[in-house]
Formats: sequence, structure tokens, C-alpha cells
Amino acid sequence: MKVVLQNLTKKFPNRNKKLDDVIAVNDFTFEIPDGQLIGLLGPSGCGKSTTLNLICGLEKPTSGKIYFGEDDVTDLPPENRGVGLVFQNYALYPHLTVRQNILFPLQNLKGKDKLSKAEMLRRADEAAKLVQIEQLMDRKPAEMSGGQQQRVAIARALVKMPRVLLLDEPLSNLDARLRLQTREEIRRIQRNTGITTIFVTHDQEEAMSISDLIVVMKDGIIQQIDKPQRVYDDPKNLFVAKFLGTPPINVFKGRVRGGQLFLGEDAVLAVPGVRDREVWVGIRPEGFVPQKAGPLCCTLKAVEVMGRDTSVVIAHGAAVSDPVRAIISSDYAVTADREELRFALKPNKVFLFDLQTEERIPFTAE
Amino acid sequence: MDKRNAKAWLYLLPAILFLGVFMIYPLVDVVVYSLEENFESVSQSYTGVGLFNFSHVLRDPYFLQALKNTFILVVITVPVSTGIALLISLGLNSIKPLRNLYQTVYFLPYVTNTLAVGLVFMLLFKQDDSSLGLVNLLIRALGGTPVDFINGPYWAKMLVTCLYTVWVVMPFKILILTGALASVPQTYYNAAKVDGTSKGRIFRRITLPMISPMIFYLVITGFIGAFKAYSDEVALFGVDLNQAGMNTIVGYVYDMLYSNGGSYPSYASAAALILFAIVLTITVINLMVSRRTVHY
Repeated sequence: MKVVLQNLTKKFPNRNKKLDDVIAVNDFTFEIPDGQLIGLLGPSGCGKSTTLNLICGLEKPTSGKIYFGEDDVTDLPPENRGVGLVFQNYALYPHLTVRQNILFPLQNLKGKDKLSKAEMLRRADEAAKLVQIEQLMDRKPAEMSGGQQQRVAIARALVKMPRVLLLDEPLSNLDARLRLQTREEIRRIQRNTGITTIFVTHDQEEAMSISDLIVVMKDGIIQQIDKPQRVYDDPKNLFVAKFLGTPPINVFKGRVRGGQLFLGEDAVLAVPGVRDREVWVGIRPEGFVPQKAGPLCCTLKAVEVMGRDTSVVIAHGAAVSDPVRAIISSDYAVTADREELRFALKPNKVFLFDLQTEERIPFTAE
Repeated sequence: MDKRNAKAWLYLLPAILFLGVFMIYPLVDVVVYSLEENFESVSQSYTGVGLFNFSHVLRDPYFLQALKNTFILVVITVPVSTGIALLISLGLNSIKPLRNLYQTVYFLPYVTNTLAVGLVFMLLFKQDDSSLGLVNLLIRALGGTPVDFINGPYWAKMLVTCLYTVWVVMPFKILILTGALASVPQTYYNAAKVDGTSKGRIFRRITLPMISPMIFYLVITGFIGAFKAYSDEVALFGVDLNQAGMNTIVGYVYDMLYSNGGSYPSYASAAALILFAIVLTITVINLMVSRRTVHY
């Protein structure tokens, strides 16, 4: 089931009535293709949970339309939309066993949708098998680990065979190891069922690793919608560039003069087709190549050996971000006793942004 | 006893002293009194040791009347007051404007003096030769015959007592239940909404189980409180409750100790122990039931 949002806007009245309304979701228009896994990514307060609540129907939009396939579901209550929602804290009913929790949505069905008891149990077992919790069916939520509770919550959302599955910060309550495991699990379940799935996260790594498409949001406005690798390689603005990637991108203030990019006095890169101006320069940590006579001259502050590569902390007069971090292959022997380090830059890892609008300035790398 | 133990006992001494003097000694004394037959309070003498006091109390018509009154009171007021309090709390929980005002209004009886409330009830329900209370005026206006709820038939007096008790115990229950309802996380309701759960089912399957520990707390304390009823009856019917036929077990104990023809500490002790046995039994049953139905 494809999901289409059309000029979707949600305003909340400000608590202080004299101030303007808070616009949580501002004029969203995008289409989620059938059977894909979509990550809504953004910092806290950017409107991603509100977007999810609008799609599932817990919130009514101020204006705009939501379509599931060809159906306009904008005015439908949540139960008639056919959505499954997994809450951030799972919202498993603590007094019910796992089986009762999973059966709960099925027991709500009325009229022609009503299922026989045997059919309900069969579907509950099926959902449990999908998330691999068959052996836990008689436990209460309090007797399970966070990861197991998470699976139960997913099973409960899946058991009524929703058209769209929504996950609100599905991994944020899990510890680091479980998080890795569970995100694979979510990917697998989504592949197996083929249900269009939308999940919300503020963790860019999480979004990058499992999504088919990432929607990057900030202050209720969509910044970029693209495949994870494309969002990383081709950010539309400074915010997107800064938000994605660990370690984060290094930002410098630079100047373009005669087709050359200057950081301080160092002419570091040829940027053909860019007029003379001041710019923000974003350089990915992996964009630095140590070179004896490289154009970028930095002072070396620390070297952190990580085995496969080496993380070098450097300083440069034009740098805005602190620290500046370069990830270089451990083939280059860099030792901490040097004071200066010179780099060449990989052109496809360097992005220029307008000083005011922070929009990307394209240049053709040689 | 090593030094550390001695120190521990020293720290415990104040508590042990006070509890011993004011709780344990009287408790033991009650048991002793209840077993001393033909106790003479002037000479502090008795003729034998046995269970005569219990059998006397259990055959005393005044005690049986008190027992009956107390049981009726408990059986009616505990479920009724808890049920109504739950309804009111649900109502309070579902409105936003004026919620605080209503909460205050419902809490007022809790901070009002029992005797003052009793006086007001008496004025509302009474029927003198010269005047009718407000309730009787209403009954007459609706075409019924006025009933004297204070000095009249037994059922009328019991009705007023029950109404009064419900009214007095409700504020505390409303307070506890509104708190319990407010502490049920909103996300359970959202989850139920997404799954298309009907309102009745949300109440039965989510709200009620989630607040069940509080309900059972209220039922248990309600039972104990109702079994100990006394001052409410005095407020309504005056001090001679036997004459009014509205005595309670605690009232009987008091009468046996102090009121006209009193100073029968043996009978009072026996009655008190019988009450204790009843309350203990009911509470144990309550706890057993709650263990089975309160889920977490």
C-alpha cells in the first residue's frame, strides 16, 4: 500500500495564546512507495512523531490530505485506517499475557470482520512466530526483556494485518547491542511481510542502516527525501550534511576566488563554476588524504588508533567545528609526535553551502 | 548479647516502650478481661475464667441488633460508595473545564466535622409534630406520605444511615480514584484507539485492571471503616443508640464500658474481640480474592 501525503500541515495552538501557533508539520507532500521501509529522521521536536500520529489518525491534520493507495483516509478514525502502531515504550498491557496482548486487536473486530476463536489463536501464533516469541506466549510483559517486549509490540501491531505499519522510535529504549540486533529484525520482518513501514528515529545510523528511503526533517519542514546513500553523498543543505554521518562532517568557513576554494590561506580545491564568494565548507572525515605536499595544512592535536583506520584530531584556523576529525587509512603511519599534517581533499567528499541560506552550491569535481 | 545487639535494642527502645504501653498491653488486657467471668469493677475481682462473656454477648439482643446493623451498613455502603466514587472519578477525569472546582466540591465532606454533617442530615430528614425536614417536604410535594427518618421505622433509619455513611466516605475514595485514573498512561489508550477498541471494552479490559490495586485498597479500608462505624450513628440518632435500635458493634462496646448501666469491661472486651475476629476474617478473604484478581 503506497502512502501519499499531500500538503499535510499540523498546527498546535500555542500555550501562550498571544503567540503564534506552533507548526509541527509544515506542508508535507511526498509519496511512500508500496512495500518500502521509510525512516523519518530528525532531531527532537522536528515533527516526526506528529507526522506519524497524523498518518495513524491519533491527530487530525490542520489541512492537507492523506491517502492509503487510492483511499482518502484523512477523516477516518485510526481503527478504520488499517494501521499498526508500535509505540516508543511499547504500551503493552501489563496485566495481560503476551498471547492476550497479541489477541487484543483481533478481539476488537466486529460485524463481518469478526473472527472465530480458533482463527484468532492461529493468527496470534503466526504473528508470534514471525517475531520469534512463540515460547514466551504465557508471560507477562514485566517478565520479559526490552527486546522481547519490542517484538511482542510488533506482533500485536502485525496481527490484524495492517496496510501500513508505523514504528515510533522503535529502538530508543534498547541497549546498544539489542539495538543492532533488533533493527536487523525489523528489516527482516518488513521484508517478509512486505508491509509498507514507516518508522521514526532521531538516530541517523539507525535510519541509514535499514531504510529504503530517508525523510530528513527539521522544524516541521522536509529537508530531503532520498535513498540513504544519496542523502549522505549528496546532501541538499548544511543541516542534512551535519545531521548524517559519524563522526560528523567538519565545517569550515571558506572563500571561493577564481575557481579555487580557500580555507584560510590554503587553496585546497579547484571548484569550477562557482563564482567568487564566501561559503560554508563541509568536509567528511573520510575526505582527508594525507599528502606530504598537500594543500591543506593543519596542526595535529591527537591520534586515535582504531585498528582498521586511524582517527586524527586536527586544528585549522578556518574550522568552525571543533574538533576537526579526519578518518584515514592505517596504511599512513601518523604518529603524534608531529606538529603539522598536510592533506589533499577528495572532491566528492567536499560540499559547499551558501553562507545565508545554507543551501548546497554545486560544483563539478574534476 | 553482643555490643551491637545491645545498641540496636537501645535504638528500638522508644518505639517498643510506646507500642508496648499503648498497644500491646491493652490488647493483652482485653483478652484477659474477656476471659474473666463475673468481673466486678469496684472490687476488681472475678469468680472464674472461661468463655461465659462471649456466650453472654452473643445472646444479648442489643449486641445481635448491633451486629445486624453493622453488617447491613457494611454490605450496602462499601460497594455503593466505591461504585459511585468510581463513576464520579471517571466523570471528573473526562472533563477539563471546572475539573478543579468539582474536585474541591466533592472533597468538602471529608474536611467537614462528622457531627455537623450529622446535624444537617437530621434536619434534612426529620419529621416533628411541628415541622417537616426538606426531604419530607419534597416527598409531600411529590404526593407521598412523609416518613420520620430519624425516629420512625427501622428501614427509614437504616436508609438515612447508609446515605449518610456513603456521603461521608466518598470524598476520600474519589480522591484516590481520580489519582489512580490520572496515572494510567495515555499511551495505553492510544494503543487501544488505534486497535479500534470500544469505550466499554477499554474500561473493562484496560482502565479497570490498571486501577484495580487502588479499588481493592479502598474496598478493604472501606470494610474496616464501616465495621468500626459509631460516631456517624451518634450524630444522627443521639447517644442512646440501643433505644433507637441503631446501635453498632463499636457502639455496643462503648455502651458496655461507659454509658448507663455500663462498667462491664468483660462484655465490652468480648464484643471487641468478636469484632476483631470478623474484621480479620473479612480482610483475609478480601486479600485472597484480590490476589486472584488484581493482576500486578
